[in-house]
Amino acid sequence: MLALRPCGTCSAAAEPREWHACAPPLAEVTVLSTFVAQQLAILHVGPVDLRLDAGRCVVLRGPSGSGKSLLLRAMADLLPHRGRLLLDDRPCESFRAHEWRRRVGYLPAHGQWWFDRVGEHFADPDTVDVGALALAADIMDWDMARCSTGERQRLAILRLLANRPRVLLLDEPTASLDRDNTRRVEALIADYRAAEGAPVVWVSHDREQAKRIADQILVLEHGKLAAA
Amino acid sequence: MSLILLTPLDLALAALLVLALALLSLRFRLGLGLQLLVAALRTTVQLLLVGLVLKALFANVHLGWVALMGIVMLLAAGREVMRRQQRRFRGAWGYGLGTLSMFISAFSVTLLVLLTVLGAEPWYEPQYAIPLLGMMLGNTMNGVALALDRLTHQVWEKREQLETRLALGQTAVEAVGEIRRDAMRVGMIPIINAMAAAGLISLPGMMTGQILAGSPPLEAVKYQILIMFMIAAGTGFATMMAVTVGARHLFDRRERLRLERITDGRF
Repeated sequence: MLALRPCGTCSAAAEPREWHACAPPLAEVTVLSTFVAQQLAILHVGPVDLRLDAGRCVVLRGPSGSGKSLLLRAMADLLPHRGRLLLDDRPCESFRAHEWRRRVGYLPAHGQWWFDRVGEHFADPDTVDVGALALAADIMDWDMARCSTGERQRLAILRLLANRPRVLLLDEPTASLDRDNTRRVEALIADYRAAEGAPVVWVSHDREQAKRIADQILVLEHGKLAAA
Repeated sequence: MSLILLTPLDLALAALLVLALALLSLRFRLGLGLQLLVAALRTTVQLLLVGLVLKALFANVHLGWVALMGIVMLLAAGREVMRRQQRRFRGAWGYGLGTLSMFISAFSVTLLVLLTVLGAEPWYEPQYAIPLLGMMLGNTMNGVALALDRLTHQVWEKREQLETRLALGQTAVEAVGEIRRDAMRVGMIPIINAMAAAGLISLPGMMTGQILAGSPPLEAVKYQILIMFMIAAGTGFATMMAVTVGARHLFDRRERLRLERITDGRF
């Protein structure tokens, strides 16, 4: 049973309201999401417990092969797993699978493209702010073949954000980006966290980056999560 | 026009041609000489046996015997479908999916034609039932084998794309839709091509056989048209069924791609 208590930070503090975790005040918050994994386990990884409050960013690192991607894919319910996943206290199984994945947005390390044109991969290409990641204004009309690895990686992030997911699971989103574009992606994700209150799990091997973006750094090793 | 009966000597003359081919392939070191002779021998023995079976079947017209023959043909076709797939479904699905689709489609189309179009007395008269079913199974088998092979092969090749699509919130049906359509098309194209080319480029085997056996050409043609329509319908339905059910089986209840449900590509 969750304790009911008045909230100290929100404006409507008089009435006892449903308990909620108040993150530091966020500008123009529309949705606040809490993502919880309980005893999550898959193959040799886990069990892992993780709680992500709205707008938090956890950087996940660990040696390659330690199962970071497996963990992220399990969180997106793309792999059979043990344990429980909750979004705002609502269990994963109570969503239809594709609805869960729309909310818990997973960015694969090697995202794929299957249409000829860039724009065909977006439901509404005109509304995508390609300038935010310094992409050419007419990139939506380009052939996929014309896009470099770095451009594809930035496009993949925009494609994911266009779904307006409530949780972001990012698997090395800046691995093939130069310094400036890495900073642009970091800023874009920071804006998204602030605007949507979305928690973020960010897999990164870059310690400097982790310092810049992380509220918390976790290391996955031998199937166990530990604070760095 | 009377039927010219073939004597064993006539067949032996034709066999000499195969023997000559075997010798030539030995000369070219194709490594096919023995295989060719074994295959020729198998053709002779298998067809003679089936001839004897059909002779017995025609002499004892009974639904049970006809059904038994049909089942044996179906099971052999099912085995062939499975054998022709590089990546097949594991477990009972590997054999069951193709066999069941062929059973439902080929048997129901044959039954429909026997009961409504031909109206032989009795309706399961083996002279009609067995050749029709044989033609149906032989062609349906091709379609289903091609389509399932394409389905599993494409899903394997495009596994990362499928996962990206799922991760973006597409349903399993949306994610696999293009592959599914492609597999269905591959299964149905041979019969569409065969219908388009029939008579112009190729004289279909069955019609040729009937004409050789002394049937009036127009009667043989009408039977061939009937068979073509049956094959098209049977192949189409079986292919759609096998691909639809197979594609669904590649994903689980939570719309996850389950590649471990197909084997890893060795024959």
